[in-house]
Amino acid sequence: MNHTELLKLLEKDCRATPDQLAAMLGEDTGTVRREISALEKDNVILGYNAMIDWDRTGEELVSALIEVRATPQRGEGFDRIAERVYQFEEVESMYLMSGAYDFAVTITGRTLREVASFVAARLSTIEGVTGTATHFILKKYKEKGVTFESQPVQEERMKYL
Amino acid sequence: MEFRDLIAEKVTALRPSGIRKFFDLLETMEGGISLGVGEPDFQTPWHIRDAGVYSLEKGFTKYTPNAGMMALRREISAYMRRRFGLDYDPDGQIIVTVGGSEGIDLSLRMLLEPGDEVIIPTPSFVCYGPLTVMAGGTPVYVETRQEDDFKLTPELLAGALTPKTKALILPYPCNPTGGIMERADLEAVAEILKDREIAVISDEIYAELSYGGKHCSPASIPGLKERTIVVNGFSKAFAMTGWRLGYLCAPRDAIAQMVKIHQFGIMSAPTVSQYAAIEAMKNGDRDIEAMRREYDHRRRFLVRGLREAGLDCYEPRGAFYVFPCIRSTGLSSDEFCERFLMSEKVAAIPGSAFGPGGEGFVRMCYAASMDDLTEALVRLKRFLKTL
Ligand SMILES: Cc1ncc(COP(=O)(O)O)c(C=O)c1O
Repeated sequence: MNHTELLKLLEKDCRATPDQLAAMLGEDTGTVRREISALEKDNVILGYNAMIDWDRTGEELVSALIEVRATPQRGEGFDRIAERVYQFEEVESMYLMSGAYDFAVTITGRTLREVASFVAARLSTIEGVTGTATHFILKKYKEKGVTFESQPVQEERMKYL
Repeated sequence: MEFRDLIAEKVTALRPSGIRKFFDLLETMEGGISLGVGEPDFQTPWHIRDAGVYSLEKGFTKYTPNAGMMALRREISAYMRRRFGLDYDPDGQIIVTVGGSEGIDLSLRMLLEPGDEVIIPTPSFVCYGPLTVMAGGTPVYVETRQEDDFKLTPELLAGALTPKTKALILPYPCNPTGGIMERADLEAVAEILKDREIAVISDEIYAELSYGGKHCSPASIPGLKERTIVVNGFSKAFAMTGWRLGYLCAPRDAIAQMVKIHQFGIMSAPTVSQYAAIEAMKNGDRDIEAMRREYDHRRRFLVRGLREAGLDCYEPRGAFYVFPCIRSTGLSSDEFCERFLMSEKVAAIPGSAFGPGGEGFVRMCYAASMDDLTEALVRLKRFLKTL
């Protein structure tokens, strides 16, 4: 069966059941179930997350995007440094970038101070890291294709036919 | 004086849509699901909306040429060639209308003299009959059948022809049945119409929503092109229902006469919509594809669910409706829809609303979220058990 379609559907809504997915793709449920297991085993599907707007909960959370500059290491390039960074639980995402800096790291903490001290005490002290710039995130508009503000719906619409 | 007495009889005789009551009811219900409205649930893609907004910012708020902006007609011409292999000259063979609806109206008004007959395959979209009557013609309904995949068969067509036949409506891909006409089916139509003075009005508003094969336009069939008016529009393909924009592609003589009617009745289609439509045609092919794929998933999902629920369901080949047969329940389509709505708060439309041949079926629109479709199926299964 066609992985791409299955993966796109799951990426959009990972709650879709094998029954639903099978119907949508015109496959049988057993085939879809087996395919998903295989994709999980091959680390193509890495996890299933809910998208949450924490700002709408009572939780106070602070997120930041940190630009990190680093010196690549002989034989290992950037990967060894990256590993030292991403293993911290605080790190939500980490990418190797082209351009003015090397890594883009996002982290979330409970307070500004917590985030700042993570950068100062943990990140910038890692061997090979030569500099950081911390940008606090003020408002989230969209993540993974999902907008944080729901769009208003048109009130008066034709109701029939 | 009573104003009532002034109104033309053919207007008072028009039957208002009988299904309105369902939707007024649905509105008062908490947790209701509507599979009723035949409208995309997608928003118009942002780049298209943005082009409309930009035109307003620039102050492009005047009338356009009667036939529509030349820039748009050129894009339509290129689109018809690219998507359907049809050749139409932007200068004289295309007119931009207020939706496919106005296009159908223009076609009928241009063609019909009192007493002229229009062959209308049913079950189909509700406007063809009333607009035929308003234009002074006489509708001749031809019932298509599920066992023929809701196609207009050569036998059905031949049986409906009379010396008064002026036009044939080809409403494919079909709302509400999801039936289509393939090349061979259209060739058979061409063969029957050969040597007759009959126009074809081909309502291809759902052409882009064809599943499992490309749409074949009657205008691509030898013997049909010269008699065919292609009706199309932006509502369904680009999720642009509220922009009210469509177009006709037809032989030069037809367009010239329709531009006159349009000029006196409408002036020109909305300017802001025309700017948005240029963007849709230039850069919208990917949007069409993405929406079509989603509809296709939901189509398969709903057909399988209906069949699992025990209903006989034709697999629709186009548009965004399923048209299951509900005869096995012993209910009329009207009773079925009313009881389904009252007990499970799901609105579907009785097939009888779509003309002869629709009784015994209900229409459900799958331009709805997967969550709604899933829940509607759960409720349907529960409802069927109570019968
Ligand atoms: C078969 C068919 N034709 C034409 C139309 C009219 O579309 P519009 O006037 O929005 O282009 C519709 C709308 O539901 C339809 O279903």
